Amino acid sequence: MLPVTAKNLMKKYKDTIAVNGIDFAVQEKECFGFIGPNGAGKTTTMKMIYCFVPRTSGELLVLGKDPGLHPEMVKADLGVVPQDNNLDEDLNVFTNLTMYANYFNISHAIARVKAKELLAFVQLTEKEKVKITELSSGMKRRLMIARGLINDPKLLILDEPTVGLDPQARHLIWDRLRELKSQNVSMIITTHYMDEATELCDRVAVMDKGKIMVVGKPKDLIKDQIGEEVVEVLLLDTTADKLKKDTAGFSITLEETSQKCYLYCQDCRPLLSHLADKGYKHILRRPATLEDVFLKLTGRDLVD
Amino acid sequence: MIRVSHRWTKVWYRNYISFLKFFYVNLVGNLGDPVLYLVAMGFGLGAFLGRIEGMSYVQFLAPGIIVSSAMFAAVYECTFESFLKMIHLRTYDAIIVTPVNIEDVVAGDVVWGATKAMLSGLMMFIVVAAFGLVHSWWSLLIPVLIFLVGFHYASFAMLITAMAPNFDYFSYFLELVITPIFFFAGIFFPLSQSPGWLRALSGTFPLTHAVELSRALVMGTVPERPVTNIMFLVIPSIGLFYWAVWRMKKRMIK
Repeated sequence: MLPVTAKNLMKKYKDTIAVNGIDFAVQEKECFGFIGPNGAGKTTTMKMIYCFVPRTSGELLVLGKDPGLHPEMVKADLGVVPQDNNLDEDLNVFTNLTMYANYFNISHAIARVKAKELLAFVQLTEKEKVKITELSSGMKRRLMIARGLINDPKLLILDEPTVGLDPQARHLIWDRLRELKSQNVSMIITTHYMDEATELCDRVAVMDKGKIMVVGKPKDLIKDQIGEEVVEVLLLDTTADKLKKDTAGFSITLEETSQKCYLYCQDCRPLLSHLADKGYKHILRRPATLEDVFLKLTGRDLVD
Repeated sequence: MIRVSHRWTKVWYRNYISFLKFFYVNLVGNLGDPVLYLVAMGFGLGAFLGRIEGMSYVQFLAPGIIVSSAMFAAVYECTFESFLKMIHLRTYDAIIVTPVNIEDVVAGDVVWGATKAMLSGLMMFIVVAAFGLVHSWWSLLIPVLIFLVGFHYASFAMLITAMAPNFDYFSYFLELVITPIFFFAGIFFPLSQSPGWLRALSGTFPLTHAVELSRALVMGTVPERPVTNIMFLVIPSIGLFYWAVWRMKKRMIK
């Protein structure tokens, strides 16, 4: 049974279409990522999966069940870490976990053991009795993840797990998520950090304007959409038109912005020496990344 | 479709645990106002008044203060407290991604509001009894009565919360709906001498019916219209409760 299958899944609000007929399937034991600019429909897709938002049309099966028909049965096997922390500020760290366990009808004795384990897992053991308001944002996020694991979910859903965290906190969370992956927990994440998607996801779907543009392994996407390498040319003492003329003989894709030109190529060495011969100075050669794919597919313009 | 399940008890329990932490603050908050009304109006103002319906003014007032304190506790709990949990603390969002559905959350909060109303009313009852103003064993039924009052006004308040865009909305509700109910429910003066339109209006408030029952239970007298009283306390509650659940679901699940 696949954790999630969606066919022509659609969500319409009064005057906007948030998700416009998408198809995807999350495989078992897979970490599946949604990336895309703000308003692309990632969070709405997640919310439809965790029964927070009803779909307008299309098919959706989560853990083999229809979230519209059996929300409580679907939710019993999900772990959800939403975008905004919503820890219970009336309760301390430990009670946040045991109370959450109670919502899943887990007995108090088991909940206490589980809570201790999870606090150790996210390195918050010594914060057991602390108030939520006294936690740093990194600690809150870790506690959110611990809370999402309280029912041993078959599918963990993380909406921007590391947003706004310092690098130490991010790396700690990545470690924990990788460990969960090695324990065969299926995961769906959304993120704005391309390094995070590359780091954690087996496959990613790039979304824009309610549609899925491409789905694939990060490495394959980079190879198919961009190539192996990228050469960036700063437009300080040259123009994009001149550069286009100078590189006309090469099989490359060229993308221009007001400050820079991006040249995508399989092997950039001949191009580089050619550009050096032509007297270009401000050149950077680097491996292609998921960020290049993202920007190529969803555009460089700011989305508001 | 509205489906309230047994899981509402989980939400009730969450509120109970959170309440225990602020127990003493809650205690003072609940007792302060009603005791003030009883002392200031009952003994203060009452000293200048003659007997009403054959009893002293404070005796006339006390049974009504018991049930109105229950009303205020329920209203406060299911407006400000529930709104805070829904919008600012996002407690509702956190709970409804577990097997506990939004219907259960609303039901848990409403029953919790009724529970707080019971606590408040009971404490007030003890104060009233301490002043020697309870005269009948029938008053052992007071907890049932104040639970009904609590459930009704908690459901009503929850409906308002489901529609409220912000906290200011509750000021209107309190000033334009709850306070008039409080003043014209026959707590402070007998409605028998009021104009017909006021008596008719007052007769539509479940609180008026609770006041009549409360007075009868405390005094050990037979209420004039017990069946009407109970119907007004029970039937609108059921309607308001389901309306509140439906409205809140519509608000939260879009």
